[in-house]
Amino acid sequence: MRKLKYSEAINEALHQMLSTDQRVFLIGQGVISPWYVGTTTQGLYDKFGGQRIIDTPVSENAITGAAIGAALAGLRPIVEHPRMDFMYLAMDQIANHAANWYFMFGYKVSVPMTIWGIINRGGEQAAQHSQALQAMFTHIPGLKVVMPSTPYDAKGLLAASVQDDNPVLFIDDRWLYEIVGEVPEELYTVPIGEGVIRKSGSDVTLITSSYVVHPSLKAASLLEKSGIDVEIVDLRSLKPMDTTLFLESVKRTGRAVIVDGGWKTCGVASEISAIITENIFGYLKSPILRVTLPDTPAPASSALEKEYYITEQDIIHAVRKVVKFECEDTVQTKSYDNKNIL
Amino acid sequence: MFSGEYYSPIRKETVKNIPASILKNMYITMARIRKVDEKIADFVAQKKIICPCHLYIGQEAVATGVCANLKKQDYVYSTHRSHGHYIAKGGDIKAMMAEIFGKETGCSRGNGGSMHLVAPELGFPGSSAIVAGTIPIAVGTALAFSIQGSENVSVAFFGDGAATEGVFYESLNFAALKKLPVVFVCENNFYSTHMHISAIQSNIEIYKKAEAFNMRAMRIDGNNVVDVYNTAREAVEDARAGRGPTLIECTTYRWRGHVGPNWDVEKSLRSQEEVDSWVNNCGMKRIEGLLLEMGIMSDSEKKEINEKIISEIEEAVRFVQASPFPSAEEYKENVFK
Repeated sequence: MRKLKYSEAINEALHQMLSTDQRVFLIGQGVISPWYVGTTTQGLYDKFGGQRIIDTPVSENAITGAAIGAALAGLRPIVEHPRMDFMYLAMDQIANHAANWYFMFGYKVSVPMTIWGIINRGGEQAAQHSQALQAMFTHIPGLKVVMPSTPYDAKGLLAASVQDDNPVLFIDDRWLYEIVGEVPEELYTVPIGEGVIRKSGSDVTLITSSYVVHPSLKAASLLEKSGIDVEIVDLRSLKPMDTTLFLESVKRTGRAVIVDGGWKTCGVASEISAIITENIFGYLKSPILRVTLPDTPAPASSALEKEYYITEQDIIHAVRKVVKFECEDTVQTKSYDNKNIL
Repeated sequence: MFSGEYYSPIRKETVKNIPASILKNMYITMARIRKVDEKIADFVAQKKIICPCHLYIGQEAVATGVCANLKKQDYVYSTHRSHGHYIAKGGDIKAMMAEIFGKETGCSRGNGGSMHLVAPELGFPGSSAIVAGTIPIAVGTALAFSIQGSENVSVAFFGDGAATEGVFYESLNFAALKKLPVVFVCENNFYSTHMHISAIQSNIEIYKKAEAFNMRAMRIDGNNVVDVYNTAREAVEDARAGRGPTLIECTTYRWRGHVGPNWDVEKSLRSQEEVDSWVNNCGMKRIEGLLLEMGIMSDSEKKEINEKIISEIEEAVRFVQASPFPSAEEYKENVFK
């Protein structure tokens, strides 16, 4: 199959949706800029014009509200935020309005809006140009949250978000933009709420999503060499979440490490950990570990950035810890010695 | 803020181009809003209604005069003080009363309450309790109308307190910049909960804030329903014709407190003299007097209209009493469509 970069997959999805559905339009900061949102909006303005590709003032709350109003009038807006950090300014319209609307008005009116939130970090951008805020938004009832990790899912989940009758936050991570993968030429959807097993394994389940899927895959292949067989669940959607997929996986492996690119406290990883212990505690052979960012703002200095962001080494360390736990605990009955795990 | 400072009598020449049927219908709408909210005030006082109710009594001319210019497909967005806007846009009183009583037959199936009324089939897609919250949403609907090439108009009702929210300014800028078909209607009742406008706004002429965005804006006596009607008519026509938005600041007064049936005099938030000055300049009495004087409505017709409204309200109360509460199973299953 044809291969595309992640960023090209998003661009193609936008072109195809705008071409095939007159209700779709794009609004947000930088959508006509050659650099502001990477290359994902390239060619859209020339093809569809200023009526449907609307670059905006720096007014996150009003522009997000405007997307809600357009959705209520029958359109399918995609409202773009070039940095998730600035979405805090739109929190009222997202959380109080878009997410509540369908429920609050007796299931009579829904808000079919896609919020395209971009994580743009690294390069010494510091605390206000770095944040991965998925946990904030996953907390809110009435808002769907998706977080693709591959070019295929980026295109398919963006299309699914736009076709969904509810507000959907599509979280896009610029660290994924150069990743190449197979992408069908036609428009297709990846169902919201369905995770996928990226790699099968029997010793431990790594539950992850978005960018950190990739260091997780690297960690898994390195661990394989030391005889630890890792299964990787890519959630793809954080709300609704495919809990069955990872619960079944953890039942098989008995161990879970959760890798999330956000903060630890009250984070996505905490939620998944709670779901596992509430439902299948009896299957666990060791405590669940979370690999997340430390509970600090993002530092600027690249020396500190290296320490701050999740690497495959952090994941390897956590996996070894959960495996070792059982090793220490049940060393009499099971021997991992010859597997050279440490 | 005494009524006299803002009082502008209904002048004969402003009435002559308005069909008698519209004048009479505006009176009926105002009387319906008034009587429904007075009934609700009684229920709240008797503690039969638990839900917080922000009553529209005293402000009826604003919603009525604006909505009389609108078609069904035009959208109206409202606030926590939503009863008047809902009724003026044609909302069903039974569904509204049931909603306020938390019944399954309520317009929002008991999920919304007084502050979240809805009638999508009538161009009333919802009302928000977050101050200024629906202003950008109304702008977005206007954006959609302009993308769709329709002649529909979007209206945002909000209070003076909304002019202290940042999103108000973001929205005015974007609407004026894009010349969107939206009408901003500010109901300046001079109080933001317990705070007088002069204690919280450096410039209490709200329309001047819109002028700063190169937008047409004016302040009118919001209790003069004829002036509201005529001003809104022009604003709506401008919007339909692609001439962009207008902000109409309507000075008015909520007779009761911010929320609930009390008058805010007993807690010394305002003086009896101030309240009396507005009650004496009641917008509904003014149009009633005009209709009687012009012979558009007779005394017996007036009696008939009011009796009809009372029986409509009685019927709504019976409807509420006969309605079940929503089922506990349903609400958890319906967060998403």
